[in-house]
Amino acid sequence: MKDRLDALRGPVPPLAHDARAIAALAANPGCARRAVLDAAGVDKELTARHVGFPAPFGRSRFAITRGDAFEAQVKESGCAELLRLLREVLHLPIPEVAYHDVSDVGAHLRHSHTRRLIDRAARDDGDAGTFYDHPLFALEIAGHTSYLEPDVIAFRLGGRFHVVEIKSFPVIDGQADPVKVAAAARQAAVYVLALRELLRELGHDPMRASHEVVLVCPENFANKPVAALLDVRRELAVLRRQLARMARVEDLVASLPEELTFDLARDASGIPTRPAAELADALGAVAARYAPECMSACDLCFFCRDEARACGSTDLLGRHVRDQLGGVATVSEALALAEGAREPADGQDEIARLLRYAGELRAECLEGLELEGAR
Amino acid sequence: MTAQAAPEPVRSPQAEAAAVVEAVLADLPRHRGVVVDSPPGAGKSTLVVRAAGHIAATGEPLMIVAQTNEQVDDLVERLAAEHPALTIGRLSATGYRAPERVFAHPNVRVAGKVADLGDPAVVIATADKWAWAGDRTWPWAIVDEAYQMRSDKLLRIAGCFERALFVGDPGQLDPFSVVDGERWAGLSWDPLQSAVSVLLRHNPHLPVHRLPVSWRLPASAAPVVSEAFYPFTGFRSGTDHGDRSLHLTAGGMRTSYDLALEEAAATGWALYELPERHTVRTDAEAVEAVAVLATRLLQRAPVAVSERGEHPVGPSRIAIGAAHRDQVAAIRAAGLPPEVTVDTANRLQGREYDVTIVLHPLSGRRDATAFHLESGRLCVLASRHRHACVVVARAGIAELLDAHPSAEPVQLGVPVKFPDGWEANQAVLTHLARHRVTP
Amino acid sequence: MSALAALARLRAVREGRAQRLTTVRHCHVSDRPMVFVPFQLAGEAAAPLAAMVGTDPGSPRLLVVPQPRDRDLRFAFAAELAEVVLPYVEGFGKVTETVERRNADPYERCLDAPQLVLPNRQGVAFTGLLGRSTRFRRPDGPFPVHPSVPVLGRWLTFFAERASYPGSSLTLAATDALAMHWASGQSDLEDANLAALMGWIDPPPGRTGLQAAEEAEDPLLWPPAGPATDPGFDNEVLAPAIEAYAEAPTAAAVERIRQAVRSQAEPAWRLTWRALELLRALPAGGSVAQRWDYDRGAFTDFLTRTAEGAPPQARRDGAVSAAARLARMERARASFDAQRAYDDPLVMAEYRLTGEAFAGNVVATEPEHTEGEGRSRKLRPLVTVATADPVRLAPGTTLGTPDRRGQEAEVVEVEGGTVTIKITKGMGRGKTPAPGAVPEVGERVCYTSVTDDFQAAAALPEPEMTPWTHGGPPPEYVPTDEDAGEEWS
Repeated sequence: MKDRLDALRGPVPPLAHDARAIAALAANPGCARRAVLDAAGVDKELTARHVGFPAPFGRSRFAITRGDAFEAQVKESGCAELLRLLREVLHLPIPEVAYHDVSDVGAHLRHSHTRRLIDRAARDDGDAGTFYDHPLFALEIAGHTSYLEPDVIAFRLGGRFHVVEIKSFPVIDGQADPVKVAAAARQAAVYVLALRELLRELGHDPMRASHEVVLVCPENFANKPVAALLDVRRELAVLRRQLARMARVEDLVASLPEELTFDLARDASGIPTRPAAELADALGAVAARYAPECMSACDLCFFCRDEARACGSTDLLGRHVRDQLGGVATVSEALALAEGAREPADGQDEIARLLRYAGELRAECLEGLELEGAR
Repeated sequence: MTAQAAPEPVRSPQAEAAAVVEAVLADLPRHRGVVVDSPPGAGKSTLVVRAAGHIAATGEPLMIVAQTNEQVDDLVERLAAEHPALTIGRLSATGYRAPERVFAHPNVRVAGKVADLGDPAVVIATADKWAWAGDRTWPWAIVDEAYQMRSDKLLRIAGCFERALFVGDPGQLDPFSVVDGERWAGLSWDPLQSAVSVLLRHNPHLPVHRLPVSWRLPASAAPVVSEAFYPFTGFRSGTDHGDRSLHLTAGGMRTSYDLALEEAAATGWALYELPERHTVRTDAEAVEAVAVLATRLLQRAPVAVSERGEHPVGPSRIAIGAAHRDQVAAIRAAGLPPEVTVDTANRLQGREYDVTIVLHPLSGRRDATAFHLESGRLCVLASRHRHACVVVARAGIAELLDAHPSAEPVQLGVPVKFPDGWEANQAVLTHLARHRVTP
Repeated sequence: MSALAALARLRAVREGRAQRLTTVRHCHVSDRPMVFVPFQLAGEAAAPLAAMVGTDPGSPRLLVVPQPRDRDLRFAFAAELAEVVLPYVEGFGKVTETVERRNADPYERCLDAPQLVLPNRQGVAFTGLLGRSTRFRRPDGPFPVHPSVPVLGRWLTFFAERASYPGSSLTLAATDALAMHWASGQSDLEDANLAALMGWIDPPPGRTGLQAAEEAEDPLLWPPAGPATDPGFDNEVLAPAIEAYAEAPTAAAVERIRQAVRSQAEPAWRLTWRALELLRALPAGGSVAQRWDYDRGAFTDFLTRTAEGAPPQARRDGAVSAAARLARMERARASFDAQRAYDDPLVMAEYRLTGEAFAGNVVATEPEHTEGEGRSRKLRPLVTVATADPVRLAPGTTLGTPDRRGQEAEVVEVEGGTVTIKITKGMGRGKTPAPGAVPEVGERVCYTSVTDDFQAAAALPEPEMTPWTHGGPPPEYVPTDEDAGEEWS
C-alpha cells in the first residue's frame, strides 16, 4: 500500500501534514480526489499551480505580523499574561508556574524532549503548574508520521494537560467569528489527540489531556488577550472518524489505474516539468466531489470547479440547489426535463414533474415582463 | 442514606423510578427550582400529576404551564381523573373551545380569565396564555415540556411564580426561530435557548433529577434510544423482552411489506430499505412504501400484548412521522384511514403510539443539513412507540454520513450539545441495519 | 432554496445571464442614498484603512488612515466620516409629517429617511464594529474625542442593527438586495462577491455572465469590494506605501496611500451605484412603501432619542431587550414573507409549487351562503376554484388572498383539481355580500395559507423586574471612563 501511495506522489518526500491540514481532512470527506492526494502526501498547492489553477489563499502580511506579535505578547516573560488568563478561566488559584521552552534543545530533539517532559510531568503528582512552549507532537496519518508544531502550549495543572491555542482574531463583547472559532477548535483537537496518543504510548491515561482547550484571543479592539474554554469533544470525534477513513483509502487506491501518478517530475532545482495537461488528466482519473464550499478549504478548488463547469454539473450551484434537483446531476439534463425535451428516466418522474411545473409557473408569472424589456 | 459500601441491590424499575419521584418531591420545598429530565415515556405526566397533587395537598395554589393546548387538555384530563377532589381551572384563549374530555369532569372549570375560574387549587394554561394572565403571583408552578419552551416565553411568565418544578425531555427537538439569533449566541439569557438551559445557567446549583425508566419504550427500543440520544445519562425500559409482544393475526402474503412488518413485530424494529437513489423530498416511492406499510399493517389485524393487557392495534394507535411538512402532506394524500396520525417530528413530540412508521429524514438525500442531522428530530421519530417502529429509507444513508463535511460554526460561550447529530444518526443506523428488509 | 429558484439558476447557467426571481422590487431604494464602501486593515479587529462615501456617484469622498495602527489617526478618520454621515442623516429630521393613530396620540414622523448602502454583508458587519468601537467615546474626560465621534458610533450601530431586521431598507447590502431579485448562474457563496454577481446580472457588452464573473474573481481587475483587501495588494502595494509614510509622513506619502486605496475602492463604489440603478429600475412591490413607513418611524424614533441624550446602545442585549427584539424581528420576518408573496406572483409561485398556495379560475360560487342561526347567522360565501396547482392544504386551514387583502377564508374541501373555500372574515354585516366582495365565476383568484396574521406578543417585564430564572435585575448601565477610553489599537 505504501509503495502504491509513494508511486502516486512520485520521488519526493510526502508533504507533512500540519494541524491545519489534518483538521481540513473533514472539510469534504466525500471527495475521493482529495482523499487520495492527502493520503499520498501530494503537494496540492503546487499541483494546483502547475495545472494552471493556483489556489486563492493568499495571506496579507499585516495579518501575519499581527498574529506573530500577539502570540509573542501572550508568551512574554514565561507566559506571565497567559498565567493571569488561566487563573481566570479555569477558576484556579495557581500560585506560580514553571515554564519550559522545549525548543531550547534544537529542532531535531524537540519531539523526544517533549516526550520526556510530558512523561515526567505525568508521573509527577504535584499540583504545581507547568507551561510547555514549542512542544512537538507526532501523529500517524495514513502510515506517515506527521509532526505537529503548534503555536500552542500544553499546560499541565494537577495532573491534567490543557492545550492552549493562541489566535489573533478578536473576541468582541464575548463573541467571535464562529467560523474562525470552529477552525481553531478543529486545529486544537488535533493537538489534543496527539497529546493523548503520546500519553497512551507512555503508558499514562490519555484522558489526562483535557477536551477543554483554552482559546486565547485579543479582546475587543485592543491587544489585551482574553481566554475562553472550548469544548472540543465533537471535533475530536470527527477527527478520529476522518483518520479512520484515511486508513480505508486503500480501496480507493486499488481501483485506480496501475500507472497513475501525480508526480510533478521536478528537475534538479525543484521546478515541475510534468506536462500540465498530463497532470490534469491524472487528476481527472480520481473523481472529485466539488462543492462551492471547497473554495475556502481546498487548494484544488479552481481546478475542480472548472472541471464541474466543463461537464455542466449541478454541483456548481451549491449543495442546496443540487438537493432541490433530486438526483439530476447536470444542468442540461435538468433543463431538458423542465422543458419536456427529454423523457424522464426511471425514477425521474417526480423531479421532472416538479421542474416542468416550476417552468410553467415562471413562464406564467414572467409573461409580459419580457415585453417591457425589464431584465 | 447508609454509609455501607455494599453494592446496591438490583432494584425493580418501579422502585427505581419511585425513588426518583420521592427525591424530586422532597427537593421541592428546599429549592427555588427543581429540574427533572425525562427520557421518552419515562412518566413525565405521571410525575406532573403526582407533584400537582402533592403541592395542592399543602393548600397552596399551583399554576401549571404546558406548551400547547393539546398538552394542557391532556394534563387537565389526567389531573381531573386522578384527583377527583381537586378543583382545576383551565385558562384558555378566546376562540379556543375545550374538548369534551375536559368538560366531562365536574371538578374542571374553563374560563378566559383567572378571576372567572373561582379560585381553584390548580390553574392550567399554555405558556402563551399565562403571559397574558395578569399580575397575580403563585407560590408554586410546574412547567411541563420545559426543554421545548423557548426561554423568552419563560421570561414572560417567570414573574408569576415563586418556585417551580421544570419537567421535560432534553433529547427532543430544541426550540427554534425563523430569524437568525447569532446576535444573542453565548448570552446566558439567549432568548432562543430552552427555558431549562437559561434557568440552569443562572442557577447552576439547582438540583437536576433524571427519571430512569421508560415505561413507553419496549425492551427492544430503550437501549437503542438511550445509547444514541442519552449517551451520558441513559435509562432503561420498565418492561422486559417477554412483557410486550405484537401479533399480526391475519396471514401475510410474503411480500416485502409483510416481511418488514413481521420483522418489526418480532424484534421491535424494521428498516424497509428502498434502492439507493437521490430523490426530491417527497420521494413518491418512499411515500408509497410508508402508506402501503401502514395499510398492510392494519390488514394484518395487529394485536398488542403488554403489561396493560391485550388490545387490537387500530388506526388511532398508529403514527407516521416525517421531517418535512410537504412529506407529511404527501403521505396524508396517499389515502390512509383518517385516524392514523401523520405528522412532523415537531408535532409528534410528547405523543405515544403502539406502532410508528418513520420516513427517515436522510432518505434519498445527497447531502445532509444541520436540520436533517439534528439528533432531536430522529430521537422523536424513533421513540414514540410502545411496540414497534418501522423505518423507511433509501439505501445510501451510511455513505451520506460518511461523506458529510464537518464544518459547523462554533459560538463562544455556548455549551456543546450532546449527542452530536452525526453520532446519533450513525448509532441508530447501525442498529437498524440488523433489521433490514428490501423490496 | 426553492425548486423555482433552483430552476432560475439553471436557466442562468444556460443563458449566461442572471434570471429574475421576482416581478417587482421588494426593497425601498431611496432617491438620495448614501453609499459607503469601507476597508479595514487585515488582521485587525476593526482598524479602518479607508472608506469611500457619499451621496453623489460622481464625487465620492475618500477617507484614508495612512497609518491604520495609529489611534489618533483612527479617531481623525471617525471624525471625518462623521462630517459626511451626520449632516446627511440629521438632514432628514428637518421635514416631518403628523401621523394619526387609532386609540393613541398622533406623532411626528420624518417625511423621508436616510439609506446607507454597502457593497456586501461584510461591509454591514464592519459598520457595526466601527459603531461599537466609537459609540462609547466621550468628548470630555480623560480620553476626549471629537464630539461627533460617539454620535457617529450610535448611528453606525443603528444602521448595522437595522440591516438584520427583516424587510427594513434603511441599510442595504448590495449583494443581498441583488440576490433577492436575481438568480445568477453560480452558487450563493460566489454571489457574495459583488463584482461576480453583477457580472451575471449586468455583463459588459459581448460577454456572458460566466465570463464576467470569472474576470470579477481576478483581484487585479476587480479588487474585492471590502472591507477585506486583497492580500496581494496588501503585500505588494499597501505595505510599502505605509512603510514609506512611517518613515516620512509627508503629503506625498499620504497621497501614495490614497492613490493605492482609491484603486481598490473605486470599482466597488461604481458597482454599488450601478446595483442601485438596476434595483431602482424594477417597479416597487405593493408593500414596499408601507415597510418604508416603518423604517421612517424607526429612524424618527432613534433620531429623537439621540437628540434627547439617550445613552449609547448596550454592548449586548439584556434578557428583556433580547426577548423584545426577537419578538419584533419574528413579527417582521412573518410580515415580510407574506407581503412579498402577496405583492409578487413569482414569489407566490414558490408557495404554489409546494402546495401552500393555489391559483385558478372560479368555477362556482354560493355568495349568500350563511352559517349559524338567528342573530349569530353569518355570511360565509363559498367559492370553488379549479386549479392545476398541487394543493396540499388540509380542510380548515386559514387562507388569505392577494386580491382581497381584508378577507380571510378557510379551506372547505380539496377534490381533484378543485378547491372549495369559505370566506370567513371581511364580509361585513350585511345579508348579502357587497358588490365585488365575492369573486365571480370565471375570475382568476389566488389563495394561500401564508398570511400576515399578527398575534401580538405578550408584555415583557421591565428590565429591573427581570426574574431569577434569567439572572435577576441587571445592574444599571452607567457609562464609564473605561468605556470611553477603551483601547483601539
